[in-house]
Amino acid sequence: MARSKGRGSQEVNAGSMADIAFLLLIFFLVTTTMASDKGILNILPPKLDPNVPPPDIQKNERNIYTILINANDDLLVEGEYRRSPDGLDKEIKEFVLNFGAPTEKGVALYNTLPATVQAQALRRPESSDDPTEAVVSIKTNRGTSYELFLEVFDLAKKAYFEIYGERVGLTAEEYRKLTGDDDATQALLDRGKENLPMAISIAEPDKIGGN
Amino acid sequence: MSKFKKKTKAETSIPTSALPDIIFMLLFFFMVTTVLRDQEILVEQKIPQATQLQKLQKKSLISYLFIGKPKNTSLYGSEPRVQANDVLVTAPDIVQWVNQERDKLPEADRGMITISMKVDKDVKMGPISDVQTELRNADARRVLYASTGKIYED
Repeated sequence: MARSKGRGSQEVNAGSMADIAFLLLIFFLVTTTMASDKGILNILPPKLDPNVPPPDIQKNERNIYTILINANDDLLVEGEYRRSPDGLDKEIKEFVLNFGAPTEKGVALYNTLPATVQAQALRRPESSDDPTEAVVSIKTNRGTSYELFLEVFDLAKKAYFEIYGERVGLTAEEYRKLTGDDDATQALLDRGKENLPMAISIAEPDKIGGN
Repeated sequence: MSKFKKKTKAETSIPTSALPDIIFMLLFFFMVTTVLRDQEILVEQKIPQATQLQKLQKKSLISYLFIGKPKNTSLYGSEPRVQANDVLVTAPDIVQWVNQERDKLPEADRGMITISMKVDKDVKMGPISDVQTELRNADARRVLYASTGKIYED
């Protein structure tokens, strides 16, 4: 009974479905912006207490890898002028892994490193004592372009990530992608940077030539 | 002539019945990935490139600061400005803004607030260092220099 009634036209016309979907698709294609929350993480130093004088840190000159960038975007790396930051990552890595005159902590750290990393220790007397002492210092000027600063900072990070990666048998890329979501990857992350802090110091820019 | 005609008689139409499904699939993909802009960007944003990018675990901890030359130079001048939420602010306002952003987070996460600095390529270090000084004053010390990926040639 009821069936015969519904016989007239049971199907909805779906021919224009594609057109409707197309319209919506184009709307979302146009409005979409891929969310990008990627970037280079930096932890700023804590605020200085005006009542407490800044700590006077005694460090040997050889343990500090100084990179100065002026308002013309020229670099002065360890007292040496250069035009572009290319190759800085390799030099920073050599500097950090130098083990020139390791302290007690440095020797302990050296013994935990895999042989491939140990082999990279150049033991130059004029370079850093050991990775726990080494500091990479980046000092800019107020007129330095942000792009160049980021490039240099990026290279310094790259050097450290490569060391961390090699320590746990990964490439820098793979190490960086570890999220620490589960215990296994968190353990890898911790093992990579154990006793080897990423010591990149960003000095406050000086005022000359800036705006 | 007749020979050609006979040939064309073969089935040539492509079946299009699965077309809506494919379109729908694409549609859903874009619907899910899309983020509708809730604020208008008032400053220029040409994000620099870098290689050592890290992704943050928790997106809710991120607050954005946009720094760059104002798009409307007749109204805001041509010096780089800082945009927080949808207004241009001056450096001393940043502390207050950080505190507001921090109050939006659940109590346990407040120490982990991360400021993503979306800085235009052409900005100099001066304004950035001013902003960072204010962030230090506000004790929001986790900073993410937003950048896009670069293919690294070894």
